[in-house]
Amino acid sequence: MQSVAGVNYLNHGKGFRSWAFTLDHKRIAIMYGVAIVAAFFLGGVMSLLIRTELLAPKTPETFPIGNIMKPDTYNRVFTLHGAIMIFLFVIPGIPAIFGNFALPLMLGARDVAFPRLNLLSFHLYAVGTVFFVLTMLFGSLDTGWTFYTPYSTTTHTNVILATLGGFVLGFSSILTGLNFIVTIHKLRPPGMTWFKLPLFVWALYATSIIQLLATPVLGITLLLLIAERALGVGIFDPQLGGDPVLYQHFFWFYSHPAVYIMILPAMGVQSELISVFSRKHIFGYRFIAYSSVAIALLGFFVWGHHMFVSGQGTLASMIFSALTFSVSIPSAIKVFNWLATMYKGSISLETPMCYALSFIFLFGIGGLTGLFLGALATDVHLHDTYFVVAHFHYVMFGGVMIAFLGALHYWWPKMTGRMYSETWGRIAALLLFVAFNLTFFPQFVLGTRGNPRRYYDYAPLKELQPLHILSSVGAFLLLAAFTIMLGYLLHSLFRGRKAPANPWGGNTLEWKCASPPPPHNFETPPPVGDPYDFSHLEFDEAREEYVERSRTGEACTA
Amino acid sequence: MSAWLPVARDGTFWFPSQGSTNAAPADWVFYFILGISAFFFLLIVGVMTFFVLRYRRRRGVPAQATAHHNMALELTWTFIPLGLVGAIFYFGFVVFLDQRVQPNSPYEILVTGRKWSWSFTYSNGVTDRDLHVPLDTDVRLVMSSDDVIHSLFIPAFRVKYDLVPGRITKLWFRATREGQYPLLCAEYCGTEHSNMSATVHVHRPGEFEKWLNDASNRVLQMSPRDLGARLYVTKGCASCHSVDGKAGWGPSFRNIFGRQHVVREDGREIQVLVDENYLRESILDPQKKVVVGPYSAVMPTYQGRIKDQEINGLIEYIKSLKDAP
Repeated sequence: MQSVAGVNYLNHGKGFRSWAFTLDHKRIAIMYGVAIVAAFFLGGVMSLLIRTELLAPKTPETFPIGNIMKPDTYNRVFTLHGAIMIFLFVIPGIPAIFGNFALPLMLGARDVAFPRLNLLSFHLYAVGTVFFVLTMLFGSLDTGWTFYTPYSTTTHTNVILATLGGFVLGFSSILTGLNFIVTIHKLRPPGMTWFKLPLFVWALYATSIIQLLATPVLGITLLLLIAERALGVGIFDPQLGGDPVLYQHFFWFYSHPAVYIMILPAMGVQSELISVFSRKHIFGYRFIAYSSVAIALLGFFVWGHHMFVSGQGTLASMIFSALTFSVSIPSAIKVFNWLATMYKGSISLETPMCYALSFIFLFGIGGLTGLFLGALATDVHLHDTYFVVAHFHYVMFGGVMIAFLGALHYWWPKMTGRMYSETWGRIAALLLFVAFNLTFFPQFVLGTRGNPRRYYDYAPLKELQPLHILSSVGAFLLLAAFTIMLGYLLHSLFRGRKAPANPWGGNTLEWKCASPPPPHNFETPPPVGDPYDFSHLEFDEAREEYVERSRTGEACTA
Repeated sequence: MSAWLPVARDGTFWFPSQGSTNAAPADWVFYFILGISAFFFLLIVGVMTFFVLRYRRRRGVPAQATAHHNMALELTWTFIPLGLVGAIFYFGFVVFLDQRVQPNSPYEILVTGRKWSWSFTYSNGVTDRDLHVPLDTDVRLVMSSDDVIHSLFIPAFRVKYDLVPGRITKLWFRATREGQYPLLCAEYCGTEHSNMSATVHVHRPGEFEKWLNDASNRVLQMSPRDLGARLYVTKGCASCHSVDGKAGWGPSFRNIFGRQHVVREDGREIQVLVDENYLRESILDPQKKVVVGPYSAVMPTYQGRIKDQEINGLIEYIKSLKDAP
C-alpha cells in the first residue's frame, strides 16, 4: 500500500529539524518515547538512592551501611523521585507514546486531528522537563510531590520553578487530551461506529476526558501556590488567613483523577493484549468500554479519601469512603472480562502476554489493597505509612509500568520495524515480576507495622530492618531486569530480524500497514471490521506473520 | 523465620500488639478485608493460571468460539463485588465513627507539634516531651501545630490525626496495656521528620497521678539551671542545638556563653557578645540576629509561649554548659 518501496516514517527525512518540528504523530511518539524513558531512568536512579539509604536505621549499634546522604538530601531525592515519575513518566507515558503512535493508525487515519497542536504538546512537555531539571540544579525541591502547604510555602527550596514546570506539563496533557477527543470523534473511518472502536481507543477517550476536565484545576492550584509563595497572598497559609486543608482539596481534586489518567490507558492496552494473544474475541466489549467511562466519571468524586485524618469532617469522610468503593467495581468488571476472554482461547506466552498476565496478578494486589485504604477504620492506621507506598506502587508500577512494557513489546515491531529476542524478553519479564514483588510486598508489612512513609530514618522501628533489606535487594534486581531489557532492545534496533506487518495477529488497523508504517500511514483507508474477530487471520510459517486466510499472499505488506 | 521477621518482638505478622480499645475492632476490619481480598485474588490468579495451562496454544488447535458477552454473568460479577464492598464500607465506617465521636468527660492533654518535636501539657501545667497516660481511661488529645502540618501516629493504638496550623484537632483513645509505645509523626514536615518521635507511657492507675505530681514538684522545686535543662528537652531546643559541641541545625550550646559571635542583622554582619540579653532576644525573636555559619535559620519564635522564669532557667542552663578553664 505504500507508494515508494522502502520509504517509511523513520527514514523519510533526516536531520534534527525533520524530527524536532515534525508533524507526524509517529515521530512525535518516538520523541516522547526517548524523553519519557530518560525521565524514567532519572526517577529510577533516585529510587535506588532511597533504597540504599534505607538499608539500615541510624542507630549507634548498626553497621554503617546505607548511610550515603543527609536527611535534607534524602528529602530532595524522594521528592524528585515522586515528581519525576508522576509528572514526567506515569501520566504522559502510555497516551503520549503509544496513544500518539497507535491511535491514528487504529482509526485508519493519516494523523491526529490537530498535528500542530500535537507537536506543541510535545514541545510543552520538553519545556516542563527543562523546568524540572533546572529545579534540580537551582535549589532543588523538598516538599514531596504533593506540595502540601504550609510546608511548600515556607521551605527554602525552589518550589516556584518546580510548580511552573508542573503548570507547563499540565498544558501538554490538556492539549493531548483535546487532540485525542477530536480525533476519535471526527477521524473514525466510515463504518467504524463507537462500538467497533478498539478498546484501547475507548480507554484513551476516557483518559482524555479526565485530562481535559481535571488538569486545569491543578494549573489553578499551582498558580495559587505561586501567588502565596511569591506575593504573600493568603490562600492556604493560616498566618495569612488561609486554610491548608483547602490546598489538599484542590490538589487531590486533580491528583486523584490523575490516577485514572495513568491506569485507564494501561487497562486499554491490557484489553488488546489479552484478546490478541488468546486469539479470542474480547468478552463483554460494552462492559469494558462503559467501565472506562464509569471510572473516568466516578474518579472525580473520590478525592477526599486522601484526607480522612486531615481535619476533614466525619460526614465528608463517610461520603468519600462510600464513593471510593463504587469506583472499584468497574475495575473488577474489567478483570473478570479479561479472564473470560481467555476461556477456551489459544493462549501463547509471547513477551507482551507475559506482561499482560503479570498485570492481572500485580494490579489485582494493587486494586485489592485499595480496599484497606478506602475503608475508614483501617485507613486511619495505614494512611501515610509504607502500606500506601506499596499500594500505589502495585498500581503505578505493577499496573501502569507493566502495561507500558506490554505495549512497548507489542508495538515495538510496528514502531521500529525490528523483532526482539523472545527468550530474553520473557526472562526480563519474569525477573521484573519477581523483583517487583520482592521490592514492594514487604512494604505492605512495613506499613501495617507502623513505618510512616518519607522516613529518612526508622530508629524507633529498627526491628523492621529485615523488611527494608528485602525491599532494597528487590530494587537492585529491578535494575538488573531493566538492564537486560535495554540490552536486547538495543540489539533488536541494530541487529534484530526485520518485523513483518502483523507478527502477533492483531486485527486492529495498525497491523494492516507495513512495519514501520509509511509516512502517511495508509494510501487508501483500510476496510473496517470487528477489531476482535481473529477467525480470518492465520499464521504463515514461511513469512512468520499472520495473513488473511482469504487473500493469503496479497496482504498489505506487499 | 520468626527470628528474622518482625513478629518476634511483639504483635502478629501484620501488626504491633494492640494497646488501645480501638485496636481490636480496627484490626478486625483489616482481617475482614484481607479475607475477602485473599479469596478474590486467589480466585483470579487461580483461574488465570488454569486457563493459561489448559488453553495454551497448540499447533493446529484454534481457539474455540464462545459467546462474546453474557449479561447474567456480567451482572453477577458486578453485584456480588458491589455487595461485598458495601459491607467493607459499613464496617469501616462504624468503627471509624467510634473513633471520631468524642467520649464524655475524658482526661484532656494539650498537644503541640513543631519542627521537630512534640510537647504534651497536662492539667496541672506540667509540660513533657513524652506522652504519659493512665491505663483504662478515656484520654483526649487537643492538638495544634506551631508551623507546618504534622500528624500524630501511635501504631500500637491504631490512631492517627493531623495537627493543622490555624486550627485545633482532636483525637481520643483508651489505653488497655501498660507499657511504652512509639509515637511518630506521619505527615512529612522537613529535615528531621523521621526523628520527630516520642514515647507513650501507659501507667497503672495511681502511678499516673504519682508521675504527674512528681513532675509538677520537680518543676516547682527546681533550681533555675535544672529547670533550663528540662526545658531544653521539652521545648524542643534539643532537636537543633547540641550540648556536646557538635554543630546541629543551630549552634551548639556548649561554651557558647560569653563568646563573641558574628551574626547577620538586616543583611549586615556584626559582632555580638553572647550574654543574657542576646540569649533572651534569640529565644523571643530568633530571626533577628542569625549567627553566621553552617546553620539553617528555621527556629520558630517563642514569643508568648515561654515565661520569663523559664527564659531565665534556659539562660542559667546555657551558662552552665561551660568547660572548666
